[in-house]
Amino acid sequence: MSVAVRVIPCLDVDAGRVVKGVNFRDLRDAGNPVELAARYDAEGADELVFLDITASSGSRETTYDVVRRTAEQVFIPLTVGGGVRSVDDVDRLLRAGADKVGVNTAAIARPDLLGEIAERFGSQVLVLSVDARRSATESASGSGYEVTTHGGRERTGIDAVGWARRGEELGVGEILLNSMDADGTKDGFDLEMIEAVRAVVTVPVIASGGAGAVEHFAPAVAAGADAVLAASVFHFGTLRLGEVKESLRAGGYEVR
Amino acid sequence: MTAGKPSVVVIDHGSGNLRSAERALARVGADVVVSADVSIATEADGVVLPGVGAFAACMAGVHAVTADALVRDRLAQERPVLGICVGMQVLYDAGEEHGVRTEGIGVVNGEVVRLNAAILPHMGWNTVSPPAESQLFAGIGQQRFYFVHSYGVRPGGVGETVAVHGEPFVAAVETGALSATQFHPEKSGDAGLSLLENWLQTLH
Repeated sequence: MSVAVRVIPCLDVDAGRVVKGVNFRDLRDAGNPVELAARYDAEGADELVFLDITASSGSRETTYDVVRRTAEQVFIPLTVGGGVRSVDDVDRLLRAGADKVGVNTAAIARPDLLGEIAERFGSQVLVLSVDARRSATESASGSGYEVTTHGGRERTGIDAVGWARRGEELGVGEILLNSMDADGTKDGFDLEMIEAVRAVVTVPVIASGGAGAVEHFAPAVAAGADAVLAASVFHFGTLRLGEVKESLRAGGYEVR
Repeated sequence: MTAGKPSVVVIDHGSGNLRSAERALARVGADVVVSADVSIATEADGVVLPGVGAFAACMAGVHAVTADALVRDRLAQERPVLGICVGMQVLYDAGEEHGVRTEGIGVVNGEVVRLNAAILPHMGWNTVSPPAESQLFAGIGQQRFYFVHSYGVRPGGVGETVAVHGEPFVAAVETGALSATQFHPEKSGDAGLSLLENWLQTLH
């Protein structure tokens, strides 16, 4: 027996409300992240990710409050990402009840932030979130994958595979690898990208972007993912956590 | 303390998310206080020593609030202590990280070493093999629990529950009044809540 493949629903939270249309008819308030988190917990989610997309920094308090209330009711690991810019931001999220914190754009601007967070709180709290897409030209990026920001709209010129490896060297405990090409397509994960990152890091890799059917998950694990993440397919009820796990089990992988 | 409820103090030595441990213990019926003041922990029915991050940093926090003396005194009086994650590791003789050896509290024999595994940290839900006489795992020995760690203790002592990631390691230890888990019961869903409930039942 070994560690189970984790299946992780991701909730986009804006000013304390879940966005991107959630379609659970039996929930009293489908926009309430605490209620949705409890629902996913009951359905067998192995972890939860909250992606805070709140634009105004003044609404950050709302995020902390949501994290606080979720941690009081849901006893599975909670990762919070989005807008994390400093060691202090991490401290506040952990104190509110987050177990792990995802860092993305701020680390691209200043990679040393990763080392500072890892040193203060340990690698186990630190998830490097990498939004990558295939490069238009070979010369732009050695691996053929480039780090992007702003939902994939802005290119950085940074090689995504090299960045994942650098993140590990700087102390991150996990890589959340999101394919901006596959994101929203429901055509399946970018397996080549997962393989490319798996080949250069020894920390766990969470595959994200492209899940549209139960058959998509086992190949991501075969490509090297330790965990699989999806958002809309779970929210819209297209897929249930149980059937994703059943499919992984049928593929020969251990699940909880 | 509220009548009938066991009192538990979660030691706040500056390490990580204590809210989950507090809420999980309260959920299964404990009267919980989170405090850095070890004097109030002396008389509690149970003491929880949490911990995340580096062994050395955790030990520094433990020393700063004199939780090491608290743990030794309580165990000498056979009063229950539960270590969680790095809070378990520091109960051992020593830990070695990045070539630096740090003395632990030393109430369990053994050393904490880096696990020999292809993927670290060991992160996620794993199975455990508890001994038949385990109180912590009564009724839940077949469940998975949530681990996040890169270091651990190689099996070989008494009262050990073993798990495997790359190599076998101690997932939990129960000896006398001392209980400890390498995984996070407060993050292990219903199985974790059951384990905490089992521990509360050992408090008197």
